Amino acid sequence: MITNAALRQTPLYEQHVELGAKIVPFAGWEMPVQYEGIREEHSAVRRYAGMFDVSHMGEVEVEGPEALPFLQRLLSNDVAKIEIGGAQYSCLCNAEGGVLDDLFVYRLGADNYLIVTNASNHIADLEWIGRHSREFGVIVRDVADRFAMLAVQGPHARQVLARTLGIELPPRFHVSRVRVGGRPALACGTGYTGEDGVELLVDPEVAPPLWSRLLDAAVVPCGLGARDTLRLEVCFPLHGNELTPERNPIEAGLGWCCKEETGFIGSEAIARARAEGTAEKLVAFTIEGQGIPRGGNPVMMRGGGEEQVGAVSSGTYSPSLEVGAGMAYVRSELAEVGTEIEIDVRGKRRPARIASKPLYSKRS
Amino acid sequence: MATGSSEGTYPDDLRYHEEHDWARIEGDQATLGITWYAQDSLGEVVFFDPPEVGATIQKDSSYAEVESVKAVSDVIAPLSGEVVEVNDALEDAPEKVNEDPYGEGWLVKVRLTSPEEAETLLGVAEYRKMLDR
Repeated sequence: MITNAALRQTPLYEQHVELGAKIVPFAGWEMPVQYEGIREEHSAVRRYAGMFDVSHMGEVEVEGPEALPFLQRLLSNDVAKIEIGGAQYSCLCNAEGGVLDDLFVYRLGADNYLIVTNASNHIADLEWIGRHSREFGVIVRDVADRFAMLAVQGPHARQVLARTLGIELPPRFHVSRVRVGGRPALACGTGYTGEDGVELLVDPEVAPPLWSRLLDAAVVPCGLGARDTLRLEVCFPLHGNELTPERNPIEAGLGWCCKEETGFIGSEAIARARAEGTAEKLVAFTIEGQGIPRGGNPVMMRGGGEEQVGAVSSGTYSPSLEVGAGMAYVRSELAEVGTEIEIDVRGKRRPARIASKPLYSKRS
Repeated sequence: MATGSSEGTYPDDLRYHEEHDWARIEGDQATLGITWYAQDSLGEVVFFDPPEVGATIQKDSSYAEVESVKAVSDVIAPLSGEVVEVNDALEDAPEKVNEDPYGEGWLVKVRLTSPEEAETLLGVAEYRKMLDR
């Protein structure tokens, strides 16, 4: 039994307990994995609106006259393209092109940016960002404790949120300064579900009343379980599964957010990977018939004997597709849509097929 | 739906195993399943991978798997025996394991090979006491 003594609680912990959530340790936090059930929560987000407490995620503020050149050095995407009030997805890479984290950057002012980190990487990211900031005229601040973060996602999320809070929301991939509960807050047109929606960064003190108001507006509370099935169906990578310091963004299919000409840390290795190709590629797949793939399951060719040709990075039961589905790294020469593979699920070979990404889309 | 509610149910006429399995013993046969606590911990069951009819199962060893969206769990045999029937209805409706864990959510029926093992199982009071610890 792992002791919970060192685990942190978000400002919404009491609300989760009150709703009867199952609480699990995640990245050093006690987080709700589900309330009523993953499938119901998943479908609420696909059809209406759900809300996720993602206060475990970290925030880092970068400010100063050299904020732009500094972030351009650090992040894989072209940070110069972000206008004030804009948002952009990027990888934070090491010199070998390995992915230390994947994150969104929000430009709040001319020389002021906010980075949202994955909870499990926050401290390491801070250390990395801080260390590289010394050669630049910037100040790096850990502002994780200043924010509670609530993701409101689903086709009706914006409408419900705008009505409930009486605020104007930014378009997709933009950020705006708003007031929530009388306090300054940030509304971000981003998410991790494949649905339209908003992520709110609010004062921790106003998070509980905000949560209650959204509950009253019939927004469905959703846990990390549904967050995982939702992101997996639309093939968003998860750091620690699809992305690791040993994998570069090219093999993960994230070449689109790498602009090597900006000269970021890792750009040379990534340019090489792009030019020469990678030994493996990240693919999506669905199981044909029964069986639920899980991370780590070996991938074989169908009828190809015992030779392993890849491994599952994330697997689950897909509530929308109603089959086992996941993502896997496989040898690049096999990474074609339609390739018949088998997933070794604890000794049982389950037929599967490489599918196009995303696995789920509104029109599918 | 039982998932998420606070109180579990544990029928008096069953024998329980520490790994959260139950057995309904009738003569030299027994029906086996997982307890309310087990299904609640697992969450919505989406797949039951049964043993074959005719397979031999061994007390305290895994004989099947139940999977929820998030997790897979081995099902531990409370008693030893030979599988004489599996609950085929779970193929299309695995959620029965959540909705009715002691009724329509049963997993297998076995012919007992060591009926005396039943004496090592827990009664309902002992099982509840274990859960409260």
